[in-house]
Amino acid sequence: MAEQREDEILGKAYDSKLMKRLLVYIKPYKMYVIAAILFNILVAALGPLRPYLSKVAIDDYIMHKDYNGLLLIVGILFASLVIQAVVQYYLTYFTELMGQKIIYDIRIQLFSRVQKLALKYFDRTPVGRTVTRVTNDVDALNEMFSSGVITVFSDIFMLVFIFIFMFSMSWQLTLVTLAVIPLLFYATFLFRKKVREEYRNVRTHLARLNSYMQEHVTGMNVVQMFAKEKQELEKFSSINDDFKNANIRSVFYYAIFFPFVELLSAVSISLVIWYASGEIIQGILTFGVLTAFLQYIEMFWRPVRDLSEKYDILQRAMAASERIFNLLDDNTMIKNPDTPVILQKVRGEIEFNNVWFAYNPGEYVLKNVSFKINPGETIAIVGATGAGKTSIVNILTRFYDIEKGNITLDGIDIRNLNKRDLRKHISMVLQDVFLFSGTIKSNISLGNSDISDQQIYEAARTVGADKFILNLPNKFDEEVKEKGATLSVGQRQLISFARALAYNPQILILDEATSSVDTETEQLIQNAIEKLLVGRTSIVIAHRLSTIQNADKILVMHKGELKETGNHQELLAKRGIYYRLYELQYKDQEITKTA
Amino acid sequence: MYFVRYKKTFVLGIIFILLSNIGQVYIPQLIKQGINAIEKNAVPEAVLKFVLLIALTSLLAGVFRFLIRQTIIVTSWKIANDLRYDFWNHLQKLSLRFYQNNSTGNIMSHATNDINAVRSFVGPSVMYTIDNGTKFLFVFFIMLSMNPLLTLYALLPSPFMTLVVYYVMSRVHAKYTKIQEKFADLTARAQENFSGIRVIKSYGREDYETENYMYESKEYLKRKMDLVKLQAMFIPVFLVIAGLSFIIVLWSGGIQMIEGNFSIGELVAFYAYLGMLIWPMISFGWVATMIQQAEASMKRLLKILNEPYEIQDSVTTDYNIKEIHGQIEFKNVSFGYAANLPPVLKEINLKIEKGNTVAFIGKTGTGKTSLVNLIPRFYDSTGGEVLIDGVNVKNIPLQTLRKNIGMVSQENFLFSDSLANNVIYGLNGTSDNAIEKAADIAQLSKDVESFPKGFETILGERGITLSGGQKQRSTLARALAIDPKILILDDSFSAVDTNTEEEILRRLKQFMKNRTSIIISHRISTVKDADKIFVVEEGRIAEEGTHEELIELNGIYADLNKRQLLEEELSEMD
Ligand SMILES: Nc1ncnc2c1ncn2[C@@H]1O[C@H](COP(=O)(O)OP(=O)(O)OP(=O)(O)O)[C@@H](O)[C@H]1O
Ligand SMILES: Nc1ncnc2c1ncn2[C@@H]1O[C@H](COP(=O)(O)OP(=O)(O)OP(=O)(O)O)[C@@H](O)[C@H]1O
Ligand SMILES: [Mg+2]
Repeated sequence: MAEQREDEILGKAYDSKLMKRLLVYIKPYKMYVIAAILFNILVAALGPLRPYLSKVAIDDYIMHKDYNGLLLIVGILFASLVIQAVVQYYLTYFTELMGQKIIYDIRIQLFSRVQKLALKYFDRTPVGRTVTRVTNDVDALNEMFSSGVITVFSDIFMLVFIFIFMFSMSWQLTLVTLAVIPLLFYATFLFRKKVREEYRNVRTHLARLNSYMQEHVTGMNVVQMFAKEKQELEKFSSINDDFKNANIRSVFYYAIFFPFVELLSAVSISLVIWYASGEIIQGILTFGVLTAFLQYIEMFWRPVRDLSEKYDILQRAMAASERIFNLLDDNTMIKNPDTPVILQKVRGEIEFNNVWFAYNPGEYVLKNVSFKINPGETIAIVGATGAGKTSIVNILTRFYDIEKGNITLDGIDIRNLNKRDLRKHISMVLQDVFLFSGTIKSNISLGNSDISDQQIYEAARTVGADKFILNLPNKFDEEVKEKGATLSVGQRQLISFARALAYNPQILILDEATSSVDTETEQLIQNAIEKLLVGRTSIVIAHRLSTIQNADKILVMHKGELKETGNHQELLAKRGIYYRLYELQYKDQEITKTA
Repeated sequence: MYFVRYKKTFVLGIIFILLSNIGQVYIPQLIKQGINAIEKNAVPEAVLKFVLLIALTSLLAGVFRFLIRQTIIVTSWKIANDLRYDFWNHLQKLSLRFYQNNSTGNIMSHATNDINAVRSFVGPSVMYTIDNGTKFLFVFFIMLSMNPLLTLYALLPSPFMTLVVYYVMSRVHAKYTKIQEKFADLTARAQENFSGIRVIKSYGREDYETENYMYESKEYLKRKMDLVKLQAMFIPVFLVIAGLSFIIVLWSGGIQMIEGNFSIGELVAFYAYLGMLIWPMISFGWVATMIQQAEASMKRLLKILNEPYEIQDSVTTDYNIKEIHGQIEFKNVSFGYAANLPPVLKEINLKIEKGNTVAFIGKTGTGKTSLVNLIPRFYDSTGGEVLIDGVNVKNIPLQTLRKNIGMVSQENFLFSDSLANNVIYGLNGTSDNAIEKAADIAQLSKDVESFPKGFETILGERGITLSGGQKQRSTLARALAIDPKILILDDSFSAVDTNTEEEILRRLKQFMKNRTSIIISHRISTVKDADKIFVVEEGRIAEEGTHEELIELNGIYADLNKRQLLEEELSEMD
């Protein structure tokens, strides 16, 4: 459950190590940052200037009945307002632009990184989780870049300016104003602690809720098939309630904290009035100063009140960035060699030398497998389910790396080849058919512009898919839904087969490529690709011996070991596993013949 | 609708809002009186009285603030909870068609983002709207009573504010929707890409996919900035307009003060009240955005919530039917996926006796799956009727119907749970015996022995960490575990080797005594022992009979047999 915890990463509101890494992304936008800071200082100075000006207005002009002076101040006030507004607009616009550009960079880096992760990663990570990293988590960062960091700056600047003005007017009153601050800090500290816990809870329950829904929406027809709606609804309901309760608990702390802050601000006002009353009566302080202070208190508490919200943003962003960096640092990768051997043309000679392979350390799925395929040969792999047939082709294309031994292509260890180079020459029809939403055409070409429409039609014709495709309202441009939901399973398999042919590979791998296809179509395909395969190497995995008996070589797998090798006759003569398999089908045939 | 359920709490919440606002609005009055007292050189004790009153009023207002959140916000979570529950309950009743036409990502975004938007409306938006609305009124009248002329001047700029809000909001909505759409695209693309990563890797399409994603992300950025251009105007405009009010108060108030008609205390109070007014006006814009989002979200939710249940019990359902024996009949059944698509099944007439094993064979895409999907009512026929034990399936309670049918569909789906839990999924309560028995028939036991954790092995998403055949046999075991009266195997041996298949079929024969079973397969060897074989051709039953009869008939089946025989004979000749 190590992964489960990942969603619960809380993060501190500020983590210097993470911040340092994040700063790297800001670097290209240095100019934006400098501009933002300058603008910020300007805005921060203009705000607190106004209460000061109104103090001047009251003390110097109103008290002295100076109409023109008052008008002058009013004019200055208005001018400062307009300047602040214009600066504010650009400040918002450019910080947002910077934030968006940064998260764009991060998103693309993350996405292309995920493309490079090994299948091992995908075996153990639910898709939904990775999707969240690339979408929601990255967006959470934006909030920090565009509003979080920058506004924290502007708040701090503003507080500094407020202090300067306050101190310059009356340091005693300033101290009185600040008397409640320690209390505020303490309250905030307590609040943080509580809310942090609740936040963790909320996140955990949210993650649980989302993954439950995701999985059960995908498998809804299984739920319905087994008429488990009632039980599933109960399960859902309890997860849903947990989530609600966690939220309600965290509302409680917010409900206490915010009114408390308000209260403190009122107390601070009371104190200021009370203290000022004495001073004014003694003539030490003016009314203008008092009004200015009352405005400053208002100004001063606003960012403080927002602070907890900012803190939330920061904390969310930090947690998100930690998860993002974890993914970026994930080293579940099959590395390309530092100095790859360049492979221009491939003959198609494949050799396995004493190959050992395990998905999980120590649990060997392939044990000491050795064989050789000559260029242009067709070889077949047979064996019971779970014997390790798919695993053999998985390691040939370096979806997984082997533990011991080596695999060579044209005499070169495949670990010395670029994966891209290696896979370019191999087309594989996977046992698990996967179609993308799009069109039939885009599913065959996968968007490769090197593949002409003609080649697409040709490939579809070769596998006999053209018949049903041409019957569709939009032919090759017919929409394909998620996972090909509106096509029959056999039809989906034909499209995925056509895909492999359209790529026109030197080496073709067929992993149960026609298992859901009817016999007539299967034979049609076989005849068609026989011609295609002349001079190319192919590996065929099939459960029906009849489809593979013409293979140049047959590998018989049993529990991860290569038990027998040879062509059909040789293997029959051996009277081993293959012979027994054959006998079973032979027996069928007897019945059919006598019928 | 959901409001009604929590009516009392809401009313209570609104009362709390009113009370706390009275308190808050009263505070500037106290400040004014305090300052006025200072002006009149009152004794410190007199000032102290007001000071204490300020603190006390604030405390009371605070208590009510606390109660507001405890009522309204808490209720909003409860409502979201109810809504999500109803949404899920509804989803569970929607038919296969819905799930084939809507992507998972899409449904998920309704369940998360949309419900969230609605909650924000019910909680914070409602709270702030009522709060600010009442506060606005209170403040307005107090100001009016203090100094009508000044109030009028001070509020002169505010109609502009409303205008700006209106202008911006009417444009924000469209832009916001466009952003949401792009974000949904980004999500869906990532989702598909990661699910199909094996295909992408084997065809080396990583760079292409990344480029595509870059393109989409750029578009997202553009749309975001489009909105920002507009939204960034909000604060500056408010700043100017609100600031203008303050300036006017200072100016006109100042003049009045010079003339002796206005006191400093009043000026301070006016400032405080203006401060109270500004925030409601700003938040009005914010709330308006939330309301618009919530409205759009609610519309999307309702679209799903109003989606009719295609398959459900009806008035004609006979709840006296408690069990199913297993005789199946199709009478003139026709079926099409949509009105604008050609029919997939045409005039199907067939009868399957209780306890029999029948098989369907036919070309890819001729409608075999569609046909068997009508039996557990994944779809309803568009013409004719499907009968079980002589009763139209539409009149059999859906629960009873499905509980008695064990179906292994062509696409195997497993939950990311332990293998054991997957096998006993259809059972209520556990029974080790059931697991063992089902696993034995499905020939899963041998594989499980080789797993270090046995049946407790946790599967990857959709069963990713099993081999193709293991997945298929796990779903088979799951169907057998419920001890079904009717067993439907839709091409369930396609990834299983003949040897294992043979074993399974042999055990099944024993298991299926007194049960009806339907097997779909492309292999003659799988179907030849069936009591009856139906050959499906272009949505019709082209031939039916036993293996021998069909060979005799010398039609499609015989041809198919020859084809498979031809291969076998070839191999024999070697
Ligand atoms: N991604 C994976 N992670 C862990 N174990 C795996 C994974 N994929 C397969 N296995 C295990 O490795 C073994 C061999 O699987 P493989 O897919 O190679 O079998 P196969 O011969 O292709 O079987 P089938 O004919 O059923 O497709 C099985 O026991 C399987 O459970
Ligand atoms: N949800 C759907 N919406 C529209 N058309 C569909 C849908 N599902 C299947 N079809 C179409 O209906 C026809 C029959 O499909 P069905 O799945 O019944 O075939 P099948 O005989 O089971 O084929 P296979 O042997 O490949 O499994 C096909 O042409 C298919 O494209
Ligand atoms: Mg089918």
